Amino acid sequence: MKGMGRGGRLRLRHRLLAATREFFDLQGFVEVETPLLAPTAIPEEHILPVPCAGGFLQSSPEQYMKRLLASGEKRIYQICKSFRSGERGRLHLPEFTILEWYRAGDDYHQLMNDCVALLRHLAKRLDLPSPFTCRGQPIELNGAWQRLSVAEAFSRYAGLEAEEALAANRFEEILSQRVEPHLGSGRPLFLYDYPAALASLARRRPDAPHLAERFELYIAGIELANGFSELADPEEQRARFAKAQRALTAQGVDPGPMPERFLDALADMGPAAGVALGLDRLLLVLFDLPVLDATVAFPPAQM
Amino acid sequence: MYSASDLRKGLKIMLDGEPYIVTEFEFLKPGKGQALYKTKLRNLLTGNGFEKTFRSNDKFEKPDLVERAMQYLYAQGDEFVFMDVKNYEQVSIDRETLGEAINFLVDNMEVQVLLFSDRPIGVTLPNSVVLTVTQADPWAKGDTSGSDTKPVTVETGYVLQVPPFVEEGDRIQIDTRTGEYITRVKE
Repeated sequence: MKGMGRGGRLRLRHRLLAATREFFDLQGFVEVETPLLAPTAIPEEHILPVPCAGGFLQSSPEQYMKRLLASGEKRIYQICKSFRSGERGRLHLPEFTILEWYRAGDDYHQLMNDCVALLRHLAKRLDLPSPFTCRGQPIELNGAWQRLSVAEAFSRYAGLEAEEALAANRFEEILSQRVEPHLGSGRPLFLYDYPAALASLARRRPDAPHLAERFELYIAGIELANGFSELADPEEQRARFAKAQRALTAQGVDPGPMPERFLDALADMGPAAGVALGLDRLLLVLFDLPVLDATVAFPPAQM
Repeated sequence: MYSASDLRKGLKIMLDGEPYIVTEFEFLKPGKGQALYKTKLRNLLTGNGFEKTFRSNDKFEKPDLVERAMQYLYAQGDEFVFMDVKNYEQVSIDRETLGEAINFLVDNMEVQVLLFSDRPIGVTLPNSVVLTVTQADPWAKGDTSGSDTKPVTVETGYVLQVPPFVEEGDRIQIDTRTGEYITRVKE
């Protein structure tokens, strides 16, 4: 697989996309398309928006997909390009493909179940062996997947509390260097219940408001998906956006205008949950490719 | 001024007043969290290496480094004198700064001298040099010890392993990066 040329990469991607659509279609989801180029960006402290033609290229399809939920859609999915400035590395491309899906009336536990069913379906359709190999480890998709809270993960692998790491501005450093390498060995793992400060657009846990109902999916130490029970409170969301906008402005980045129509729509949305999965990363993991560049037809060096 | 997003393998930056080169680089960004720029750095003055992780808002000065083509003239005690081939300006470099390069330096050799704020801090030699063998034991034809190399000394005093057919007075080509024998040169 490693020596696969452009034609091989295209055909793998084609099969992955077809099998992904088949999975969601069978479950009654509607495939949707929303604007890639929009007048507002979702303000997130650590995602640099990409200005384009008087607006912004989206960093994810989140704002318009949630507006579709607010207008009454129940189960929707989208496969689209997303753009994040400055993100370039073994596992990052500034333009990448997101698979994002939403369920009205559900929470993040249901999304985790969706991930399990989706990956099993894809492995079957792509004729993957069971277990398949990724980064030198056998990965078994059948049987129960691992679930580990962020709090447990930090105390188990880093010997300190997630809150302490956050207070010292070392959360990401400790997560990536001491925790992530252990996540998803042998079986996929869901890391869940993030500190509320990292909630982004997620709802707080009603019984533990210092935590956000957010999870990430890992296989062989590689992060594949980020999902959450959606925050549906326009006032709390506005406050979080304002904080993120101030942080972006302090870095000299134009955050653009407040996404007012999105905030208006939240009031009509009702409980819902949504998850974004990196399709390029999924190809990388399923076929044990060395770098994200090996999953696309034209990596930056060949553009 | 560089910022963390400029970091890449081979970039030279200033940290705490000293010049460093980035020898390894990795971009990390877990979740929706802040970007991390994980590097391995080598101090260009001491040669010491270490790992350091930077954040988006870290900034670095550009070190004042220039590389100039110079010719090696002569040694005076522990000082080695070089001349800039363009402006004939002379600089002397001490033995410690030259390091391994001293094994391959011969008169009139052209090298690249790296200067940090006008102070020479290292030299880069051509990838290979040709030196004369000044001392070699004769090849004992009946030698059945099975050894396929023998030590010889070259004009700079450097000792290396060569095939048994190399004799005193031969010119041999040596890889300056590994210090190893490449071939015998027929002139």
